[in-house]
Amino acid sequence: MELRKTGVAGTMESGDIMVTIEPRDQGGIAIALSSSVLQQYGRQIKAVITETLEGLGVTDAAVTAVDKGALDCTVRARVSAAAYRAAESKDYSWR
Amino acid sequence: MEKRYVKDRLRRSMMFVPGNNPGMISDARIYGADSIMLDLEDSVAFTEKDTARLLVHNALKTIDFGKKEVVVRINDLASGLGVEDLEAIIPAGVHVVRLPKTDSAQDVIDCEREIARIEQKNGIPVGSVGMMAAIESANGVLNAREIATASDRLIGVALGAEDYVTDLKTTRADGIELLFARCMILNAARAAGIAALDTVFSNVNDDEGFLAEATLIKKLGFDGKSVINPRQIAPLHKCLQPSQKDLDKAYAVMDAIAEAQARGSGVASLKGKMIDRPVVIRAQRLIALAEADDPVEEE
Repeated sequence: MELRKTGVAGTMESGDIMVTIEPRDQGGIAIALSSSVLQQYGRQIKAVITETLEGLGVTDAAVTAVDKGALDCTVRARVSAAAYRAAESKDYSWR
Repeated sequence: MEKRYVKDRLRRSMMFVPGNNPGMISDARIYGADSIMLDLEDSVAFTEKDTARLLVHNALKTIDFGKKEVVVRINDLASGLGVEDLEAIIPAGVHVVRLPKTDSAQDVIDCEREIARIEQKNGIPVGSVGMMAAIESANGVLNAREIATASDRLIGVALGAEDYVTDLKTTRADGIELLFARCMILNAARAAGIAALDTVFSNVNDDEGFLAEATLIKKLGFDGKSVINPRQIAPLHKCLQPSQKDLDKAYAVMDAIAEAQARGSGVASLKGKMIDRPVVIRAQRLIALAEADDPVEEE
């Protein structure tokens, strides 16, 4: 999946995560994460973000995420939505 | 074939949960509703249909909703959004698809065709996913019987009152404006042998009004209704709960039946009156309702 522009998904409500994904040419996936549970779950949230993007074939991206206590499935959903928006793609692979 | 849905089960309350609200989705099972209805339609802004679809897809795949029936209200197919909704939710494990704005049997048939195509594409046995049809227009009400029998997958028909009263050129009031629609839908459901489900009561601060509506639909014979706030669940279940007097009578009927069977007699009587089959059916239903009334399920 090729990112073309900045994609944003999610909200600042409790239980959600707001994800902004910007394209970049190289350097892999860089994640700036803020979360009230950063100490306990920061590593896990970053792992889910990376795994989701890799699953979509995104190798280089700058990700900013503001977590409000999102479950892993919410992180996956918001990262996917932001990536599809950034790629201007509607070619979802539902499995 | 293992179906994901049970045709005949307790559906006193179907709780709408906005499909783009992860906090509400993850908490949905704790409130004791019989069915959880994740909504991709009216509670989701047009510009957020994509994010809600992804959220509901991932939630269905991950969150354990326990023994709850999990329904997803899709957008209608004519909106151009409904087919993508189905693509997202069927492989993710939805039990029942709620089709909104059902005006005719053809709407049900068209939706079923898409469901079957998606089941097949994903290696899911065709027929696994259930359907329910929401009737929300004068046309739909007049076609209720054909709608209710349009597919074997249908578990029930529901009234969607807000669109319906608009179509009728009226507004929601004391319920008289919905009487014809409710009776049509109820009779269509009963003739088809499926559930009849009432509409939402939108004013969550009007406890009295809610209770009056719940009492009315109980009298009419509805199985249950949609709720939009968890605080409507307990009063609704309490209202639909049979009275102790009726329950005592039901147990007495069943005892008399058991006694007659033990005697080898095909005819049972209670206090000198023969017990007819409809009496037995009503007694069984009452007991099932009473015994099911455990808002928080045991794990």
